[in-house]
Amino acid sequence: MTTISAVHIPLEERSAQTRMASPSRFGDKAFELLTLTMALAVVVLIILIGWQLWNGSSLAIKKFGFRFLTTSTWDPVAEQFGALPFIYGTLVSSLIALLIAVPLSIATAAYLTELAPLWIRQPLVSLIEMLAAIPSVILGLWGIFVMIPWLREYPFPLLKRFFGWTPFFTGPIYGPSMLAGGIIIAVMILPIITSVSREILRSVPNLQREAAYALGATRWEATRIAVLSYAKKGLFGAVILGLGRALGETMAVTMVIGNTPQIAASLFQPGYTLASVLANEFTEATTDMYVQALFEIGFVLLGITILVNLLAQLLLRTIRTTSATRAVQ
Amino acid sequence: MDNLVMTTPERSVMDRVDRPAEPIPADEAVPACTLRIKDLSIWYGDKRAIDNVTLDIASNAVTAIIGPSGCGKSTFIRSLNRMHELVPKTRVEGTVLLQGEDLYSSNVDPAIVRRRVGMVFQKSNPFPTMSIGENVIIGLRLNGVRNQKFLNERLERSLRMAALWDEVKDDLHKPGTSLSGGQQQRLCIARALAVEPEVLLMDEPCSALDPIATAKIEELIYELKTTYTIVTVTHNMQQAGRISDYTAFFYLGRLIEFGPTTKIFTNPSERQTEDYITGRFG
Repeated sequence: MTTISAVHIPLEERSAQTRMASPSRFGDKAFELLTLTMALAVVVLIILIGWQLWNGSSLAIKKFGFRFLTTSTWDPVAEQFGALPFIYGTLVSSLIALLIAVPLSIATAAYLTELAPLWIRQPLVSLIEMLAAIPSVILGLWGIFVMIPWLREYPFPLLKRFFGWTPFFTGPIYGPSMLAGGIIIAVMILPIITSVSREILRSVPNLQREAAYALGATRWEATRIAVLSYAKKGLFGAVILGLGRALGETMAVTMVIGNTPQIAASLFQPGYTLASVLANEFTEATTDMYVQALFEIGFVLLGITILVNLLAQLLLRTIRTTSATRAVQ
Repeated sequence: MDNLVMTTPERSVMDRVDRPAEPIPADEAVPACTLRIKDLSIWYGDKRAIDNVTLDIASNAVTAIIGPSGCGKSTFIRSLNRMHELVPKTRVEGTVLLQGEDLYSSNVDPAIVRRRVGMVFQKSNPFPTMSIGENVIIGLRLNGVRNQKFLNERLERSLRMAALWDEVKDDLHKPGTSLSGGQQQRLCIARALAVEPEVLLMDEPCSALDPIATAKIEELIYELKTTYTIVTVTHNMQQAGRISDYTAFFYLGRLIEFGPTTKIFTNPSERQTEDYITGRFG
């Protein structure tokens, strides 16, 4: 008792300071500052890139104004620049890629998480990741020497035969085309959408699956009602991530899309994308206005990518509020 | 609570007409034991989780499974509708007879087993993308029921049986996850009841609930046993004493003692049972 009373300070003599104040936490402060700087660096980088592109194209923007976005003439000699065919090519080839890659990727992810026997899962995942590791230019070469001849031989004539009545599959079949570009982009975004979707499906709580199975659901039914619908928001995010990749995809597309600045309804016709024209023409841009126009192409590409992402997030928010989707608990 | 006692044996036989998948003779008298478990052993890989259990589950009664953590209670209850098979590498020996049919015979589809033996889980798990109403009737939809009038009737009856109708009848379109924890658990019970199972398994249905919600579920279990055969796992001795007619005590995967709850709790014949119930271990 005596030892205790020796160190005991009556409550009223202890100031709030000594009881509650935290010791100085230099480490915490430093860590906070460090992470804040890193996070800000990303924002600053995006703004800087945007500003640089804007700056580099200011003359072209002044000269062409909105016409740059709405006209189709691309004539470096006459210094007439209209980016519409490139914008069209970028959007359409990405759309084709999504139409092909999304069902494939999500089905693959669902197979990998819900159905595949355990021993096959890891090898399959590794293979898909390997697909992501193939250099773009190699895929492009494969596109030129393997994919396009094959497409020209079998799938394209078939498409023409059965869907020739639509404007999308008419006209001569050259090989290098908007459709070929879309397909090669699909191959390139498949791994990212698949692996993100797989992570998302894996994060669906087992309780959800059990709820479905306990009602007598088959595997497909459980996957549909408990897994896919639970994860649809995250899957949408995976798709948007893929779309972001698709829009900016350059090398392989450039090698198979045909590089003709035109707007044609038929997907057998060649096209051109924003990224491709940048890659192809920067080295040969001799006049100031030409370089300016290419800078503006870059600016438009950045703008489209950001716009698509913003739209996607907006869409995601509407899904969240209108449907019954809510975080559990 | 009168509306809960609207079910009679004749009705449930009639209702089975719309479920042709189940061969149940209409004239058969309800047997005294809906489920008969004989020499049941279950392995996860090399580990034996259930060791040679033989047990009869009485019809229209509540059977409580008690025992310390890791004793195999959950595995046992899940083996009664083959839910444990969702874990890879399980192996089963022995038989589980549901109305005389072996759940584990090779031509039995586990999906059909689970339609006849419903289950409620430890944590409520309504489907967050579905409304309250959709959550209840999803099981019927999976069974291919399309008749809207029938679905509506079944929706109301299931929610009434789960003592949830009065609280949610105006909010059937709201998401199932908008309800409180206790209500969500009753919603899950309604969802399980909507397909009219013969047996209802409950794996610690109250362990995530506060005392008031727990009391409601317990009351509900008491009401439901007039229509259903109920097997429940519980960690809570008092709860087992309150709600069950029979109690089975499991320890290390073996069935140590089984009998009427009053006997197990007042005069157990095994030393281990007594030690566990009086709180000396577990």
